[in-house]
Amino acid sequence: MKQSLFSVKENRPLTKDVYLMRLEGDTSDITAPGQFVNIKLDGLYLRRPISVNDVEGNILTIIYKVVGKGTEQMCEMKEGAVLDILTGLGNGYDTSLSGDSVLLVGGGVGVPPLYMLAKKLLAENKKVGVILGFNTESEVFFEEEFKALGCDVAVTTVDGSRGVKGFVTNALGLFSDAAYFYTCGPEPMLKALYNATDISGQFSFEERMGCGFGACMGCSCKTLYGNKRICKDGPVLKKEEIIWEK
Amino acid sequence: MGKMSVDLCGITLDNPVIPASGTFGYGYEFAELYDINILGTFSFKGTTKEPRFGNPTPRIAECTAGMINAVGLQNPGVEKVISEELPKMRKVFSKKVMANVSGFSVPDYAYTCEKLDKCEEVGWLEVNVSCPNVHGGGMSFGTSPEAAAEVTKAVKAVTTKPVIIKLSPNVTDIVSIAKACEAAGADGISLINTLLGMRIDLKTKKPVIANKMGGFSGSAIFPVAVRMVYQVANAVNIPVVGMGGVSSAEDVIEMMLAGATAVEIGAQNLIDPFSSRDIINDLPRVMEKYKINSLSEIIGGAK
Repeated sequence: MKQSLFSVKENRPLTKDVYLMRLEGDTSDITAPGQFVNIKLDGLYLRRPISVNDVEGNILTIIYKVVGKGTEQMCEMKEGAVLDILTGLGNGYDTSLSGDSVLLVGGGVGVPPLYMLAKKLLAENKKVGVILGFNTESEVFFEEEFKALGCDVAVTTVDGSRGVKGFVTNALGLFSDAAYFYTCGPEPMLKALYNATDISGQFSFEERMGCGFGACMGCSCKTLYGNKRICKDGPVLKKEEIIWEK
Repeated sequence: MGKMSVDLCGITLDNPVIPASGTFGYGYEFAELYDINILGTFSFKGTTKEPRFGNPTPRIAECTAGMINAVGLQNPGVEKVISEELPKMRKVFSKKVMANVSGFSVPDYAYTCEKLDKCEEVGWLEVNVSCPNVHGGGMSFGTSPEAAAEVTKAVKAVTTKPVIIKLSPNVTDIVSIAKACEAAGADGISLINTLLGMRIDLKTKKPVIANKMGGFSGSAIFPVAVRMVYQVANAVNIPVVGMGGVSSAEDVIEMMLAGATAVEIGAQNLIDPFSSRDIINDLPRVMEKYKINSLSEIIGGAK
C-alpha cells in the first residue's frame, strides 16, 4: 500500500452516470488486476474505494458510477485537480490459476476491473471471452474497448435492447469452451453465475469499508477457509471458498 | 525521561500516542507502512474468551466528521491471539503492548485477562466495559458503577499487570463509574469509547448498519471526549488515558491539558494510516509553538 497524490488528467462520462477518470501519479504499488484504490475527498470522512480499470506507466484509470456524495464530487472534478489516494489495496485476480481459454463476466460497474485483467490474460496468450451485462442499451460501456484488445465480446441487457436479452448467465452458452472464469458485479449476479456454471473461477466482492487496508474489520465475510476481510484478503475470492449468506 | 515521555501506570512511554483498539489490528498492517516502534504503545484488537465473527455487514457508515462502526468484537479468541497473533506482532513491535479485553460475563473478563496477563509482551490490560456493539455484555458492564466495579475486582484478583478500565460515554454520570472502578482497584481509566449512533439510508429507507446502531467515532466526538476526560481526571487519582476524535498533535495536547496522561488515536488511523506517526512527528513543533517543555508537565493543566 502506498499513499500518494494523483492529478486528474481526464474525467468524462461514458454513460449518463458512469464516468472514466484518468489520474497521473505513483502507480508502483498496483501489482494485480482486480485491486482497488481508496480516495480521500473534501468534506467526507471515509475514503471512497474504487476498482482499478487500468494502469499504463504512471497513469491510473478508474471508472465509477455516481451513486452518492463522494462520486457526485468526483464527477465534477476538472483536469489538474489533486487527489490523495491509497493504492495497491486488495489481493486482485490470480491469473496463474486459469487455463488457456478464459471467460470474464462483468455486470454494470463490475465491468471496469476486468479490462486490466483481460490485458494481462491476453499477454499470457490466453483466449479471452467476455460477457458484459447491463440493464439497458444506454448503460452499455467498454464493449468496443474489450473488442479492441482482441476479446470475443457478448453484451446482455435485461430488457433486450442490446445483445442477448436477459442476464449474463443467458450468454454462457456462447462460451462453452471456457475452462475458467473471472467475474465482478452485483452480488445477485455473482450468485447466479456461481450456480449456473460447473467450471471454477474467481469472484470480486463489494462491501462497505472503513479503512480499506485490513485494520478495522468493517468488511469481514465468512469463507470455507475462515473469516476474511474483503479489503485485504479479498476483494477476490475463489469459487471453492465462498459461503453465500445474503 | 525525554520531553515527550510520560509514565503510564509505572511503565514509561516514549510519547503519549497510542493507536486505539480496533483501529490498528495487531499492528502488522501498519508496520508495512512505517516503523511502529515510534509509537508510545498501541492497544490491540479487542480480545474475547471465544472466537467471534462479529456482526453482519454492512458494519460501517459514513457521518459528518466521523463514522459509525458495528464490527462487534471480531477476533480469533484469546487462545489464538496468544498463540498466533502475539508472536506475529512481536516481529514488528518490540515495546510493551496494551491488551484490550472484552467479555460477556464477569468470569469471561477474568479468564481472558488472566491469560493475557501471563504474556511477556503485554504491558497493560485495557478492559473494555463499553463496547456498544454486542448484546448481553460489553457496554452493559460499563453503564453502572456496581457492574464496572465487579469486573474490575474480578480482573484485579487474577492479574499482576496494570489494569485500565475503558469506559463508555453512553451514561448519565461517568464520574461515579470511574470512581467505582478506582475504588475496586483499577490502575487507570481510559475513555471515551464510541457514542451510540445511527444512520438511515434515504434511498432504501432502512438503517445503513445491518445491526441498526453502532459506535460513532471520529473528529466530531472530540469535544465530548475532552469534557469527559476532564471530569474523570478531576475526580480520580489514577492515570487517565484520553481518546475520542483525536486527529492532530494539537488534539493530543488539548487532551493532556484536560487530564490525560496518554492519548489514544482511533478512527483517524483508518482514514489516514500514517496519522499516528505524523502526530508524533508533529508534537515537537506544537510543543514549541505553545512553549511546552515537557508533556508530562501539562497533564491536567487546564483548571
